[in-house]
Amino acid sequence: MLLIHCPYCDDTLPELEFAYAGEAHIARPADPSKLTDEEWRDFLFIRSNPRGLHAERWRHINGCGRFFNALRDTVSDRFLTTYKAGQPRPDVTKLEAAE
Amino acid sequence: MTHFSALSLLKNALTGNKNWTEQWPDAQPKKEYDVIIVGAGGHGLGAAYYLAKEHGITNVAVIEKGWLGGGNTGRNTTIIRSNYLYDESAKLYDHALDLWDNLSTELNYNIMYSKRGVMMLAHNVHDVQSFQRHIHSNRLNGVDNRWLSTAEAKAFCPPLNDSPNARYPVMGAALQMRAGTARHDAVAWGYARAAAKRGVDIIQNCPVISIRRGADGSVEGVETAKGFIRAKKVAVSAAGHTSVIMQSAGVRMPLESFPLQALVSEPIKPIFPCVVMSNTVHAYISQSDKGELVIGSGTDQYVSYSQRGGLPLIEHTVAAICEVFPIFNRMRMLRKWGGIVDVTPDRSAILGKTPVKGLYVNCGWGTGGFKATPGAAHLLAWTVANDEPHKLNAPFTLERFTTGRLIDEAAAAAVAH
Repeated sequence: MLLIHCPYCDDTLPELEFAYAGEAHIARPADPSKLTDEEWRDFLFIRSNPRGLHAERWRHINGCGRFFNALRDTVSDRFLTTYKAGQPRPDVTKLEAAE
Repeated sequence: MTHFSALSLLKNALTGNKNWTEQWPDAQPKKEYDVIIVGAGGHGLGAAYYLAKEHGITNVAVIEKGWLGGGNTGRNTTIIRSNYLYDESAKLYDHALDLWDNLSTELNYNIMYSKRGVMMLAHNVHDVQSFQRHIHSNRLNGVDNRWLSTAEAKAFCPPLNDSPNARYPVMGAALQMRAGTARHDAVAWGYARAAAKRGVDIIQNCPVISIRRGADGSVEGVETAKGFIRAKKVAVSAAGHTSVIMQSAGVRMPLESFPLQALVSEPIKPIFPCVVMSNTVHAYISQSDKGELVIGSGTDQYVSYSQRGGLPLIEHTVAAICEVFPIFNRMRMLRKWGGIVDVTPDRSAILGKTPVKGLYVNCGWGTGGFKATPGAAHLLAWTVANDEPHKLNAPFTLERFTTGRLIDEAAAAAVAH
């Protein structure tokens, strides 16, 4: 089972307290009526699905209830970091240097 | 290659089984092929077989990063059925079912297709209505499926807990009698042997690193661990790793990869005559010919390539099994494993051309690719040979994510299926 750090509760807790909420940093279109069919496809359906580092959203559903983001390696399932919603994706090279 | 028959079995038995020859040669890559198929699972090997048999294209290589049939072909729970709600899906899966029927004879390889029936349990009023809608839809499409009362379900599968006091009482069931199981490894081996016999090269332990495109954008071949191999047509049939390979050709896919787990019990004497599925409590069980109970679990909630999966899902599945079949609550489980399944937003497969000339894709079968093996293989071969989708897979191309014409089996079944 994954152990996930909630950046709001500042606590590392079992996966069962959390709900996965898909890829992070997919911005909602600013003017939806201007989007072409291809742009709607990309926004709604296309996902990066990387083998490696993945920025993803989680929700602390059985805790504070808030959404946050995480960087996780999809091969080892190891979390590199979690960060609050609204913050930009952290620079991985800095994270690894800090370890 | 030896033709398998009662006579060849007898002959080899009398000579101490020392004269069996290898079933297919372990090929090394040539410089160029007409068609390269990425992924030697049942779908890829089958496509190579049908390319050779039905379209006369024999200069074909199937390239596999691991060993043949070692991905999801060897990791699934071997269930075959075709009772899907929508017309497009019902026709697609029933096409596969038609091919399953004669596959052992056709391949001269016993794939142990057993039509033991797949029974889907209804536990509440919504299930009853939803399954009856499926049954009516199936019957209109000529797909076998019928309704059983609780007593009939109990008679069909005696270990079932039919108590009205159960936490999730059985209120009836949908039964597809044509459905059942087949030996998954034998499907890969049978297709491999039949394809190799027609001249197809099967190249194992050779990861495809990237797909190379020429100046005009069309496919030139694939970069592999054993060097560059040229081909004008490349078909990707790489299940959970499709996104990664397609990305190398510059095509972004509407896919996400999740671990899907299964587990087996210790072997016991025959007790379980059919396949039982319960969407509501997430139980999925049959008994193999070896005697093990084969139990399918669900997908993890997060994207992963770990081929492992989390323990909470196993716990949840086993709890459901014990609820529906209390007789099994002291069974010991022998092992569990995971495979990586590629899931589309509408839970229907993608089978067709891509924006790149000469590049074809067969993916997105999610948690239910095994049952489609001969159908997917047959249609992929047709699509590659004719450079356009067959009428059965025309609704399943990538374009549906732009036009919005989804085949929403996810909403129809309400769970992974």
